[in-house]
Amino acid sequence: MNRSNIEGYKTLATRIRSHALRMTNHAKSSHIGGSLSIADLLAVLYNRVLRVDPSRLDWSERDRFILSKGHAAAAAYAVLAERGFFPKEWLGTYCQDGSHLAGHITYGVPGVEASTGSLGHGLSIGCGMAVAGKHSSHSYRVFVLLSDGECDEGSTWEAALFAPHHRLDNLVAIVDYNKIQSFGTVKEVLDLEPLANKWQAFGWAVKEIDGHDFEQIEKALLSVPFEPERPSCIIAHTVKGKGVSFMENQLAWHYKPPNDDELRQALTELGDI
Amino acid sequence: MRAALIRTLIDLARENERIFLLVGDVGYSLVEPFAQEFPDRFVNIGIAEQNMIGIASGLALCDKIVFTYSIANFPTLRCLEQIRNDVCYHNANVKVVSSGGGLAYGSLGATHHVTEDLAIMRALPNMTVVAPGDPVEAALATQAIAEWAGPCYLRLAKTGDPIAHQATPDFQIGKATKLREGRDVTLIATGGMLYNTIQAAEQLAQQGFQSRVLSMHTIKPLDTEAVLSAAAETSIIVTIEEHSMIGGLGGAVAELLAELCDSHIKFKRMGLNDSFCSQVGSQEYLRKTYSLSIEGVVSTVICLLES
Ligand SMILES: [Mg+2]
Repeated sequence: MNRSNIEGYKTLATRIRSHALRMTNHAKSSHIGGSLSIADLLAVLYNRVLRVDPSRLDWSERDRFILSKGHAAAAAYAVLAERGFFPKEWLGTYCQDGSHLAGHITYGVPGVEASTGSLGHGLSIGCGMAVAGKHSSHSYRVFVLLSDGECDEGSTWEAALFAPHHRLDNLVAIVDYNKIQSFGTVKEVLDLEPLANKWQAFGWAVKEIDGHDFEQIEKALLSVPFEPERPSCIIAHTVKGKGVSFMENQLAWHYKPPNDDELRQALTELGDI
Repeated sequence: MRAALIRTLIDLARENERIFLLVGDVGYSLVEPFAQEFPDRFVNIGIAEQNMIGIASGLALCDKIVFTYSIANFPTLRCLEQIRNDVCYHNANVKVVSSGGGLAYGSLGATHHVTEDLAIMRALPNMTVVAPGDPVEAALATQAIAEWAGPCYLRLAKTGDPIAHQATPDFQIGKATKLREGRDVTLIATGGMLYNTIQAAEQLAQQGFQSRVLSMHTIKPLDTEAVLSAAAETSIIVTIEEHSMIGGLGGAVAELLAELCDSHIKFKRMGLNDSFCSQVGSQEYLRKTYSLSIEGVVSTVICLLES
């Protein structure tokens, strides 16, 4: 593990978090909690793992990343802007009249591979892209980031059945397991446990990691496929609202935008001035 | 019509490596020749239509031309949101095909009656909606939608559908096909109603009434020119479809005619009233209950002509 890599991830993750906080504050929009929980995963993906190139958007060999939990768009847009897919000024227009950036991630924005927003769609689209990659002998990988809440959707499990049956080892599902969904904890609403066992039983090669530990994230993402001829699933144990003390593990921040005072306090905690 | 689909798809797939066929675990003794010839471009997804459409979209976003095939409402209504978001919103090159359009599965019951699909598919932005009138049109439509960039819905009838076209017609998406000329009334049919409509026109002719018969195989984009000519050149327009009277062919034509403030056209929609079939019976039997038999069309048109 390279020290400077970790520093790079940390810096990028902090930028993603502060962008997302500013965006949701400015737009008075929802979903900051689930944006903060994936910031560290996105930082490693876009800093080191994904073979993507902002200057060649239709490069056929590029890795595909699908944010199936499309409501965490603020974080995804933040990392795309940081990686130079579009000007950072766009972030200030998030959810505003005439903006390119809607509150759910939208195809057509540079670097976005698929529109999502309704849960349970992304993994199927990812399966299709993985089948296409195999058919055309491309070496690209497909990464799909899901929420825990969307593991309630039957369509997620349709895709989960499909991928191992077709030996899609170019497909990686990452579950942002922050244990909170729209109306309560996952345990209260519709318990997913034992979640890793479920994916395993469906035929995936599964690893459980701390989704905020850069070493563990990097190690997992750099070692896909975990097994030949099997799709990989990373269950990332995360904290909703991670990085901002008063947002962590609080259901309310699925909905509430930070007001100006809360934004200031959050940015201070993140060390972003 | 489904045999025409597969025959045409095989021909197309030989020429074009981008063509894929996905099925939702249906198509026994139908799709096997495609599967055998193109094993790497055929996927039986399983009984999982939402996944089928998502996968089709993913493939299409990677430059494939993807046909999805199932029967009844499974390939459309079961996965409607995937069609809306994954296919239409991305303007993905996916062709959704349903077999069993209208009351083709007659006695199997209302779950298998495909009677709202045209309205629902028509409402989706970017979606092109095609319902060929006979096996000849089905083959031509399959080729046309394969060449048409973007989402399409293809509604087929069943197997052993009667042939309405004696010769191969010129087929263009969005252009109605005229099968018969007449000045008394225009009969506009879509999908499997074309044959009965032609037969009805012949009986009407024997009684001295000349009908223009249009096959409106494309519901969207609607051939407005053909409808407007009919409105200008004949005094009655009747739409005939094996579909709810809400929002299908009749709805599309009515929307167009209603915006012509100077039109004095007499207009009638024939189709299914807003209810599920309360009776059990074959397609022929059920059609009769909705006046969609040849006799039903004839008597409805005569009523209009004489009123
Ligand atoms: Mg959650």
